Amino acid sequence: MFSDTKKLEKDIDEFVNILSEVGLAFKSIVKRYLSHSTDENFESLIEKVTEMESRADIITKEIEHALYEETLIPDARSDVLRLLEHLDELIGMYQGNCYHFSIQKPNFPKEFHDDLISLTDTVVDCVEALCLTVRSFFRDTRSVRDNAHKVTYREKESDIKFSSIARRIFNSDLNLDQKMHLRYFVEKIDRICDQAEDIADELIIYSIKRSV
Amino acid sequence: MELTIFLFLLGGLFLGWSLGANDAANVFGTAVGTRMVSFKTAAIVCSIFVILGSVISGAGTTETIGKLGAINALPGAFACCVAAGISVYLMTKFGLPVSTTQAIVGSIVGWNLFTGSETNLKVLTTILATWILCPILAGLIAIGIFLVVKNIISNSKIHILRLDAYTRIALLLAGAFGAYSLGANNIANVMGVFVNISPFTDINITSFFVFSSVQQLFLLGGLAIAFGVFTYSKKVMFTVGADLLKLSPLSAFVVVLSHSIVLFLFASQGISSFLNSLNLPSLPLVPVSSSQAIVGGVIGIGLLKGGKEVKWSVAGKISIGWVVLPIITMIIAMLILYLLKYMFNLSVVL
Repeated sequence: MFSDTKKLEKDIDEFVNILSEVGLAFKSIVKRYLSHSTDENFESLIEKVTEMESRADIITKEIEHALYEETLIPDARSDVLRLLEHLDELIGMYQGNCYHFSIQKPNFPKEFHDDLISLTDTVVDCVEALCLTVRSFFRDTRSVRDNAHKVTYREKESDIKFSSIARRIFNSDLNLDQKMHLRYFVEKIDRICDQAEDIADELIIYSIKRSV
Repeated sequence: MELTIFLFLLGGLFLGWSLGANDAANVFGTAVGTRMVSFKTAAIVCSIFVILGSVISGAGTTETIGKLGAINALPGAFACCVAAGISVYLMTKFGLPVSTTQAIVGSIVGWNLFTGSETNLKVLTTILATWILCPILAGLIAIGIFLVVKNIISNSKIHILRLDAYTRIALLLAGAFGAYSLGANNIANVMGVFVNISPFTDINITSFFVFSSVQQLFLLGGLAIAFGVFTYSKKVMFTVGADLLKLSPLSAFVVVLSHSIVLFLFASQGISSFLNSLNLPSLPLVPVSSSQAIVGGVIGIGLLKGGKEVKWSVAGKISIGWVVLPIITMIIAMLILYLLKYMFNLSVVL
């Protein structure tokens, strides 16, 4: 019984680690793209994100099977599986953004680079706070609310940065098609925070349900 | 053993089966219902420990039941057991978690009234008092254990999966303890009325160990309870607890443990003697209701959480059942005794 439990604990920890690492890789990818466009290093980073996403999928399936086959945590099983599913979507959103940079190659003028990097940093910080919230859900439900609050804080910060950058894009002299294209990218990055906040809200509910 | 004696013993075995089917569900119901423990595991553990409890520690409460009414004819004992079995079955049909304890006490009083035997009012009052004390004590113990468990879990930061594994083990251990206590405390209901007229004789296994006739009787009763667990308790286990308050597996553990402690306290001759030796007041050795202990524990936890989640209408219905059951059983017992005496010409009292 305990060997299965230990393996599952390890799997869940690894899954959260992947989420965190994908975020850090995404941060590097954006910076790399803005400074060197799509060079070899950029593509190898994208490849790394794809591998991590595949590994996350495998872990999700393993956890799902183990939870059902061993009938573990029957009272919280559906919550845990839904949580992993939504976290997996978050990894997918990171991966989607990476692909879009690789395929569509948006032309961000230099004046927007700092803003985009700042937005990306906030988004990654937001997901990092979510990782802490997830870890606390599994080990220390009392901290869930505090950590979830940090996610909400970062999400608001991201919204402000998104509005500011979008406003600046549409106030610039760029063509409308480029404006629309850049806005699409900025919005897609900001959406990661929205998803993270939704998951944090879910975690608060799950932790209330789990409170002894 | 004569066939007629065996036929009369069937009444007790029927009650034992009924106890196994209903009361044993109290012990493992929440664990099995929440799928924390498989029915097969629960049934095996429950059966082993209920038999051990019956044979090893069943004597204390049996003495009290014996004092309430000294049934001295097999047809009389048969009538009491069948009456108790029927009334428990009827109340279960109405979805009320009643107990064989209340039923057997009602039927013994019925026997006393029918045969003109004196009811020991002191013993009766003690038993009735424990029916009030039992759920209250279970509730208080549940609150105490719940607060300790909550504190430990909050501070230890155990992973949800490890906590799940610990809870399963805790549920099994508490269930085993509960089954032992149930056997020790409630075997008196099943076989108590046959003790004075046991058809068995003592068996000397070694020069030190004698398997007494009463223990043989209790083993038979324990086997009947185990049979009830295997054949009918599954359905009851899946419905126990859900009506009154939805319990988490950890709360279920607390409820089962508090129930087990209460049943053990009211059955343990060792604890009683120890407290007496210290000149401290001890709890009377009385067969209490496992259902009352469970309901007391559940309400205790419900009250600790603010009382909003407890379905008080269900609690009220259950309480009414507790009052009605002994009276109904008493009437049914008198009817059966009447039939045995006047239609079958059997002697229900010596």
